[in-house]
Amino acid sequence: MGRTLAEKVWDAHVVRQVDGEPDLIYIDLHLVHEVTSPQAFDGLRLAGRGVRRPELTVATEDHNVPTDALTISDPVSLRQVETLRSNCQEFGIPLYSMGNASQGIVHVIGPQLGVTQPGMTIVCGDSHTSTHGAFGALAFGIGTSEVEHVLATQTLPLARPRTMAVTVEGRLQPGVSSKDLVLALIAQVGTGGGQGHVVEYRGEAVRALSMESRMTVCNMSIEWGARAGMIAPDETTYAYLSGRPHAPQGPDWAAAVAAWERLHTDQDARYDKEVFLDASAVTPFVTWGTNPGQGVALDAAVPDPAALPAGGERDAALRALAYMGLTPGTPMREIAVDTVFLGSCTNGRMEDLRAAADVVRGRRVAKGVRALVVPGSMLVKLQAEQEGLDTVFREAGFDWRNAGCSMCLGMNPDTLAPGERSASTSNRNFEGRQGRGGRTHLVSPEVAAATAITGRLSAPADLQEV
Amino acid sequence: MDAFSTHVGRAVPLRRSDVDTDQIIPSDWLKRVERTGFGAGLFSEWREDPAFVLNQEQYAGASVLVAGENFGTGSSREHAVWALQDHGFRVVVSERFADIFRGNSLKGGLLPVQLPAGEVEALMSLVESDPSTLVTVDLAARTLQAGDLVAAFPLDDFTQWRLLQGLDDIALTLLQDEDISAYEVKRPARMPSTRPVA
Repeated sequence: MGRTLAEKVWDAHVVRQVDGEPDLIYIDLHLVHEVTSPQAFDGLRLAGRGVRRPELTVATEDHNVPTDALTISDPVSLRQVETLRSNCQEFGIPLYSMGNASQGIVHVIGPQLGVTQPGMTIVCGDSHTSTHGAFGALAFGIGTSEVEHVLATQTLPLARPRTMAVTVEGRLQPGVSSKDLVLALIAQVGTGGGQGHVVEYRGEAVRALSMESRMTVCNMSIEWGARAGMIAPDETTYAYLSGRPHAPQGPDWAAAVAAWERLHTDQDARYDKEVFLDASAVTPFVTWGTNPGQGVALDAAVPDPAALPAGGERDAALRALAYMGLTPGTPMREIAVDTVFLGSCTNGRMEDLRAAADVVRGRRVAKGVRALVVPGSMLVKLQAEQEGLDTVFREAGFDWRNAGCSMCLGMNPDTLAPGERSASTSNRNFEGRQGRGGRTHLVSPEVAAATAITGRLSAPADLQEV
Repeated sequence: MDAFSTHVGRAVPLRRSDVDTDQIIPSDWLKRVERTGFGAGLFSEWREDPAFVLNQEQYAGASVLVAGENFGTGSSREHAVWALQDHGFRVVVSERFADIFRGNSLKGGLLPVQLPAGEVEALMSLVESDPSTLVTVDLAARTLQAGDLVAAFPLDDFTQWRLLQGLDDIALTLLQDEDISAYEVKRPARMPSTRPVA
């Protein structure tokens, strides 16, 4: 019987296979940041162990860094970042520090450097590592014990995951992005729908997505519980990778592409589970609750928990609405926001900034709305400035920032105040995620941009002509 | 890691589904570089409510957490496990655990006990009606017992053995060094290095 894409990548990385034990899997790339690594390095020192392959490891500073200054004023954050710096120096790990031209969010810089390539196994102490699966890599988040394990052995003992296919046929309509697609998917399958599975996104709509849109979809895999999300590599993938600093060069390029061409699911392969979605039916999608599965079309209204079956789901909806300060039946378009955040490993890339700038161009941010654009990396920032996007955003009244995780997770100075409401292109709307008491609506870059202009959840089509 | 054999303790019922890692340990706590001391941050936002179940006297000192489905959803932060352990929990019971949380728990010796919805509900009701109920979790038998309830939970043989022995995963893997080296010899030379390109 044929094999799925995930199975092919898995099989190519088995170091040791014994009945009754997890497979020992080789890790091709280990991405490191300041938050989930300090205790792992401590563990190495305590046991007198070293880093087996520092040249397959790369670190950056992203979660803690302020985006409006190149110095960290919070002493606790500073200590964590300085700990990363000394650990990388001690163990010989390449590090992109604040101020370096290649610094940025870990899941933005990997693809950008070209170290993320098809068929690789990629891990990081961060759940959004699933982003790299857009290249046909098997990429997933790990905890700090596993970070230490990979540092020491360049392997992980892992149980073979189950496989799932999400087939998206049809085409996304104009004005609908891959963020809308994945939010609609999560609302359909639920936050636990992918648990225990490596998911492969396929079908006409997925093939038609750009590389950066594919990253957005794979990034959000973890939000519906999947272990990893993958997309088979194709011409779009090769075109993105070609010429990147760490991409194969010269004769290696042809050899690499020949190998990558085999990374697709065989005709006669079987998935353990399959889900189907019609892309043409997707419209701009936003969340109303406190988990990413609590979403509706922007055209819809805040749902009524009473209409849900009694029990856990209804209780969760009631709790979410109380936290979010929303009344059932309110049209989503009537929800006013205080803050708009454009950025994160989900939507902080060039394509996201371009799409938002196209909406914003010639318009003004609504009175009383704080709007910020945080490029996913310093290279994204530089390129956007070369294209004049910073001017578009600044003239409209947006803050134009340096790269970092920023308002995605409330670990740095960019946070919501209690009760403040945001439209955010990030990935999680959990209670307090963007700051204590903050209320988050997850949206696409286009919806974020339109919302900044009107001050209420809006799509670009809602805006008056300029 | 301490070996886990049988644990007997009282339980606290957390009647919420999709308990995410940002609730278990808010991100502000993640700035610390230590592995200990996270207990004070456990559910810190929810604990500001005096009525929150962890603040109720009758559940003080409980070591088994019984929660709704999809426990531990969200980020990869192992700090969530460290916070639960530091607070005194040895076992978490849920119908379903998020994959990364489950993996992190098993690394650190916090036992995730996965039970069918009916049995989680039975246990939840039992400890709600009688907070002094003792819950016994027997790792060797892979069973949980409380009052009249006896439930079996799934755990693969290898992980069960590793937890019973209290073995360090890394030491076990380092025994396979020859296999790792042999694999490395076969890796294509074109695979990327992270050394900065001039």
